[in-house]
Order: sequence, then C-alpha cells, then structure tokens
Amino acid sequence: MTGPVTPKPSADIVTIVEAQRRDLQRDKRRQTLLFLGVLVVLVAVSGHLGEVSWQKFVNGIPRFGSYISRTLPPVSPETLWADLGRWMWAGGRWVGLLFDTVLIAFVATTLGVVAGFFLSFPAARNLAGGVVHYQLARRFLELMRTVPELVFAMLFVFAFGLGALAGVLAIALHTMGVLGKLFSEINETISDKSLEGVVAAGASRDQVIRLGVVPQVLPAFISYTLLRFEINVRSASVIGFVGAGGIGQELMFVINQFIYRDISAILLLLIITVALVDIVSEKIRHRILDGEQRR
Amino acid sequence: MTTAADRIARVSRTYPALLYPDPRKLWGRRAAWVAFVLAFLWASYHLGLSPMRFWTGFTDLWIIARQMVPPTHNGFWLDYLAALLETLAIAFLGTILASLISIPLGFLGARNVVPSFAIHFGLRRVLDVVRGVDTLIWALIFVSVVGLGPFAGILAIALNDTGVLAKIYAEAVENADRKAGEGVRSAGGSGADVARLAIWPQVFPVFLSNSLYFFEANTRSATILGVVGAGGIGFFLADRIRVNAWSDVAFIILLILPTVAAIDYLSRWLRKKAIGRHDAPGARM
Repeated sequence: MTGPVTPKPSADIVTIVEAQRRDLQRDKRRQTLLFLGVLVVLVAVSGHLGEVSWQKFVNGIPRFGSYISRTLPPVSPETLWADLGRWMWAGGRWVGLLFDTVLIAFVATTLGVVAGFFLSFPAARNLAGGVVHYQLARRFLELMRTVPELVFAMLFVFAFGLGALAGVLAIALHTMGVLGKLFSEINETISDKSLEGVVAAGASRDQVIRLGVVPQVLPAFISYTLLRFEINVRSASVIGFVGAGGIGQELMFVINQFIYRDISAILLLLIITVALVDIVSEKIRHRILDGEQRR
Repeated sequence: MTTAADRIARVSRTYPALLYPDPRKLWGRRAAWVAFVLAFLWASYHLGLSPMRFWTGFTDLWIIARQMVPPTHNGFWLDYLAALLETLAIAFLGTILASLISIPLGFLGARNVVPSFAIHFGLRRVLDVVRGVDTLIWALIFVSVVGLGPFAGILAIALNDTGVLAKIYAEAVENADRKAGEGVRSAGGSGADVARLAIWPQVFPVFLSNSLYFFEANTRSATILGVVGAGGIGFFLADRIRVNAWSDVAFIILLILPTVAAIDYLSRWLRKKAIGRHDAPGARM
C-alpha cells in the first residue's frame, strides 16, 4: 500500500496521481524483486543439494532425444503390417499383463472404497460417535494416506510374497486413506434437516446413517471412487517395479536391459489402456451425475 | 371414513414411484450389484488372491510390525537427513522446471491466444502422452539416460508435471476475462502487450497456486524416486527393506511423515496468501 500522500492543496491533480502511481510501482517492484530473490536463493540451494549443473542439462537433453528416437520402430509403408507385427511381437502377453494391471486397480479400489466408506462416518465431525473415535479414525486415515503406496508394496512383497496380492493390498490401503478423508469431508457438508427428520422418527445411529446420510452423499462418493480408480490404474502400472504384480515388472526389465523397441511398444499399450479407462470412467460418472439431477 | 390401507393404496395409485420403486429399476439395480460382486470375485480369482495366502502373510506382517519398534537409525541419521533434503530439492527443482516450461506451453495451448487448431490439438495430445506415463516410469527411463542420482528424479518430475501443469495453465489462460485484452488492444497494444498486461496479471495467481499444489504432491512422489535410483530418501528406504532392517525402515518412515505434513502446511499457507483461498482451482483431488 502507498504511504500517506499529503500534497499541498494547490498542487496539480496530475502531480498527485503521478506521485501515487510512482509509489505503487515502487512497492510492486520491491515485492516482485523480493519474490524473485527468495526463489533464486531456493533454486541455488536445491541445485546444490540435487547435484544439478548446466553441464548435466546440456549433456542430458540431447541424450534423451536420441533415447526416444532409438525406441521408435523402423516402419516403412511397403511392409507396414509386418513392421508393426514385429514391433508388437509379444503384444498378447503385454495386453494380458495390462489387463491384470487394470484388475489390480479394480480389486484394490473396491476394497479401499468399502473400508474408506465405513471409516468416513467416525471420521466426520458431525457423525462421529465421540472425540476418541473421531481422532482415531482421522489419524489412522492420515497415516494410510501419507505412507506411499510403493512403500506398502515393498513391505507386503516381503510378507505376502511376489505377486498381485501385495500390490492390491498396498493400493487398497492408500485408497482407503485418501477416500476415507474425502468421504468424511462430504459427510460434513450434508444438511442437518434430513438427519433431524430421521432422528425424530426414532432411528438408531446406524439407521440415521443408512437413511439420512447415505442417500445424500452416494453420488459424490461414486464420482470420487471412479476418479480414484483412474489414478489407481496408473499406480498399478508401477507397483510391478518392486514385484507386486501388473505390467511394471516387464516394463522395468525392458528399460533396464535397454530393449528399446519393447519400451515404446509397452508404453504405447499402457497409454492406450489408461486413456480407455479414463474415457469409460468419465462416461459412467456423467451418467450417474445426470441420473441424479433428473430425480 | 377411509382406512389407512385405503389411503396408502390411493397415494400409490397417484404417485406410482413414491411408495414402491419401479420394479424394472429395482431389478436392474440388483442385477448391477450382482454383476459387480461376480466381477470382483472373478478378478480376485484371476489375480490369484486367496484368503489363505492373506492369513499366512499376515503373521509375517505382524513380525515386521513388532521388529519396527523401537525405530532406530544405527548412526545413519545424518545420511537420512541429507537424503531427505535431497528429496525436497528434487521436488522443488522439478516443480520450478515444470512451471517454467509450462508458462510458454500454456499460452501456446490456449485457443484464445494461438487460434490454430493444429498446434492446439497436437500440443494437447503430446501432453496426454507425457501425462499418461507415471513419474516413476519416467524416472526409470531418465536413470538410464543421465545415470543414477537426483538429476534423473528432477527431470522425471519436471516432465510428468509439465503434462498436467501446461494443460491447467492453458485452461487458465482460456478462462481469463477477454475485456481486459480488448482494453489493451484499443489503447494500441500488440499481441504481446495483451499477453503481458491483460492476461498475465489474471492468470499468475492461478499458476502460482497450482505450482504450489504440485510442489506438495511432488514431495510425496519424490520420497519414492530413490527406489529406482533417482535420488532422495527412497534409496535408503528401499535398501533397508531389502536387507530387512525393519527398525531402520520405521525410523525413515517416521522422518518422512512429518516432513510431508510440514510441506503440506507450508504450501497451504502460501497458497492462501497467494490467492486468498485454500484449494487450487482446476486441480482435481
């Protein structure tokens, strides 16, 4: 803000305005410089910590370009189908692994949603049975949300062995943490009127939730669940890096062994899978939301 | 005098769907539920999940949990702290880099600034591809391009975030108020003047708030980049899990949790200061 400008009453109006403008500009410039200064210091410090140098950029960026170009298959118009066939030489197996990946996301989302659903009521301020329940549910969901899925997956691979079970449980726990919190926030926004109606009719606590809360929040819950499913498909594609099932293990193998053509082939199939899941999930979401509005 | 039963019958004749749900809808819904449960069971069977394996693994999990208490660092706490700082540096530089790349791409991808369908469509598809591949996959690729270390992690985060941020930035530019641009143009401004004087002041708070939001998310993803050798605390975490040093694992997790919480808090506070509200517009979940 500008300081008090006290011109002489005889001063020209243009002078006053110009003086004010100068003050404003100076303040603005000082703010911008401060912002940039802090930013530059932070970048320098983290650059030092992250072992970054110009040399690395100059060397690294062209190498990334040549890496990408090496992954692209040689395709000529005359032998198009044969080329594509050779590129996707293990296409059937890869599609199978991607299908497993989507199934892992599906099973994990379902388990996570069910657990998150039941925990969202004690974790909602207006529905919790008491302070102890509320704090316990909140803290538990927070812990499950903050520990990365991959860490859970590594722990579970040790406990349950290599395979999809570890991945499903890891993603399910994380999903429970995220959705439990989101659901509880939705629960906190519902109108008290309908609750009072159900309570006045003599409902027990379970009945209040079943008849007063769930019908109001269900469309939002389903919408968030589908969004989470889309995210989980992406997570399921990398948990194989630690041996927890899905396409990840195969992908890690071909990247580490520099089998360039296979990298691009698997990534292409993965991108198509993710896009398909997104489209289907969005369709369902719109249908549910539209149906809700018609009622 | 009408009985209660008569009145109920009359009401249900007048409003058929009020008392008894439409049988077709009811059975449709039940069929959908049955199909869902069957699909869930089949998927579990196909993936080889079984309650038996779950219970046997559960006892192992219990052993891990018991060995995690008490958490210990075995004299490595300084290395852990340095790795944690490296994690924050990776997240910060990745976000800065992504934001810097996304600013020109955001303007380029906005229909009201560059009215070319080809550029618009092409850029969006490229961003879709970049976004469709998880950060950890990019990290693995960059490790084989630039070698092990935090630089690979920075590039991975920068690339993946560019895919999302450039799209959000472009949408922010498209949603900017046109009137300000008309004002600049009628005062004799060029296209660059419109971008700098009319659009930039409107979109900068949105850019800043989204970038802060991404810094928050990136801190979480940077904690695991070390699993594939792309720097940060994840290296120690994966290593200690590999050698089953569970009490060290617990110590590292207990270091990560408050750090992530502190960054969340800081970012939320800065976001609130930057635009005066909590959530990042345009960002889902």
